[in-house]
Amino acid sequence: MTMSSRADSSRADNRTLTYGEAVFEATRSEMARDPSVFVMGQGVDDARGMFGTTLGLHKEFGPERSFDVPLAEDAMTGVGIGAALMGMRPIQVHQRMDFVLLCMNQIVNMASKMSYMFSGAHKVPLVIRAIIGRSWGQGAQHSQAFHSYFMHVPGLRVVAPTTPHDAKGCLIQAIRDDNPVIMIEHRMLHNVKGVVPPESYEIPYGKARVLSPGKDVTIVGISHMALECVRAKHLLEDAGIDAEVIDPVSLSPLDISTIAASVERTGRLLVVDTGWLSCGASSEILSETFERIGERRHFVAKRLGYLPTPCPTTKILENLYYPSPQSIAQATYRLVRGESAPAWVPGKVDSAEVAEFRGPF
Amino acid sequence: MEERTNSPAARLYRSMYLIRRVEEEIIRLYPTDKIKSPVHLSIGQEAVSAAVCDHLEKSDVLFGTYRGHALYLAKGGDVPRMMAELYGKVDGCARGKAGSMHLVDPSVNMMGTSAVVATGISNAVGAALALKMQKSKAIVVCFFGEGATDEGAWHESMNFASLKKLPILFVCENNFYAIYSHVKDRLAGPGLQARSKAYGIPAELVEDHEPMKLHERAGAAIAAVRRGEGPRFLECMTYRWRDHVGPGEDRIHKYRPDEELNAKIEGDNLKIVGELLPADQRKSIEAAVEKRVADAIAFAEASTFPEDQEVYDHVFAG
Repeated sequence: MTMSSRADSSRADNRTLTYGEAVFEATRSEMARDPSVFVMGQGVDDARGMFGTTLGLHKEFGPERSFDVPLAEDAMTGVGIGAALMGMRPIQVHQRMDFVLLCMNQIVNMASKMSYMFSGAHKVPLVIRAIIGRSWGQGAQHSQAFHSYFMHVPGLRVVAPTTPHDAKGCLIQAIRDDNPVIMIEHRMLHNVKGVVPPESYEIPYGKARVLSPGKDVTIVGISHMALECVRAKHLLEDAGIDAEVIDPVSLSPLDISTIAASVERTGRLLVVDTGWLSCGASSEILSETFERIGERRHFVAKRLGYLPTPCPTTKILENLYYPSPQSIAQATYRLVRGESAPAWVPGKVDSAEVAEFRGPF
Repeated sequence: MEERTNSPAARLYRSMYLIRRVEEEIIRLYPTDKIKSPVHLSIGQEAVSAAVCDHLEKSDVLFGTYRGHALYLAKGGDVPRMMAELYGKVDGCARGKAGSMHLVDPSVNMMGTSAVVATGISNAVGAALALKMQKSKAIVVCFFGEGATDEGAWHESMNFASLKKLPILFVCENNFYAIYSHVKDRLAGPGLQARSKAYGIPAELVEDHEPMKLHERAGAAIAAVRRGEGPRFLECMTYRWRDHVGPGEDRIHKYRPDEELNAKIEGDNLKIVGELLPADQRKSIEAAVEKRVADAIAFAEASTFPEDQEVYDHVFAG
């Protein structure tokens, strides 16, 4: 599937890349531009090259600038922070976000606080790429999404681009930033194609992207769920519902203005998260929207996300665990038409990147 | 980091006396409640910071811990700004946002210290990695207590430093106690030197009450690191006279025998070093330090508190 996004660049260039290729291109061009940029992570220089996103960088830039690390997430995060304190710009890659829990002490106690605690004497230009897994039996410990944990902490920036275009621009912005940035990538997005300008560009923080305009209901989809929401929008056309789909792109800071302005028009908000609901990104988006416009604009709202269970491995149960274009469309229909409206069954649509995924991880 | 014009003993005495006097003043001032911050005093442990830092250049990078007054002072950190920081004043080394546990002075490459045990160790290793990548002549010295070696982070860091042959000296201040837990209740096996050697890092232990030997061995270890021979590990036996936190004594808690503490106070390293100097030289060093300390306190007293809007400053860099 090809995702079109309206590039910030006005240049007419229809070159398409996959999301993974866009991440690779951003990394490679920044490494060429700035000798202080380097990549470290388990397997970044192996034959798979982190799903292609770091493939061969060690050959092009030398083994000092793209290297494998021991299985020691805590200290390796600290090493990245220490190098960043000395003016380097490390990019750390975790092929599953589940393992980033082992980095939390360094991320939360150290990286996020260095600038504040020392009143600007230190800065930590560090990028941590964290990949969320799904499908083909990833199970309970290779599928978790912890972006809300990072959104909770002052001093961290969190981006979760959905399109290849935004993946490239977000990563370039993150690498050039003097602050720690967590870049959330969904494994299901790596092979999705989209238009990516060849030149360097930055995607600014705190700027949501309206993926598809509409007037009846605002659907906010995070990361891979933005893609599923666009599919749901097409299904909803059969029911005569015109949904606006918004991709926050940047989770911290959040662009609540764009979301709130949309809800002010539509009066309806559905937030679909790539994660659990409790204390999650969806809670944050809903509560911030309410604080922003709740006094002057009545609106109805609903949230969808992972079931409140660990992720089951078997496909038949895993299918229940994730929101789908159908379940998103169904929830939207109820939100717009109300509980007493006649039943409506959304059509079928393939989420090819999920159905075709054979991993192995 | 003291001026090198004097003898090593004179330099050590000046550094150790400064640490002792600053901390005695903290004890004196504490009841006034002007220092609204937990303090972890180094009295009794001054020799380690002073002896190691005497071999360092300004460009060498130092990482330490929340028990960091001695290290900050020994590296040449600004004394008035340290006192102002303890007072929570705007002229503090971190404008009052850090307090005693997070001293920092980038002008002498004294890196900001951490209050979460062992977290600074991997940062120090990362800094050493950066220095190597940048082909710098500087080295990193990383201080921690023996309690930090209980943490997995220490083991992971030692392994990586050795793997990459990084320019770093690990200095373990073994004062026997993590708060009130004795090292014998926490450490299995043949000890920290053996653990270091298992990672391929040459290690040495220096007993307490031998400050000049400590100075000499620290110099040898630092020279090896400077020659590009990779990391070194120095286990320095030492002893904290005061409570883990706060200005007071802690005899009432009975976690350590009075005789053990008494013997340590009796064998005061500051006295040992002082006795190596002629009386007039010692007195002139003391007089100069007394003035520095008094000036620093006056500076802290005169400084103001930060404005309200500073609460939002520096959440992000730039």
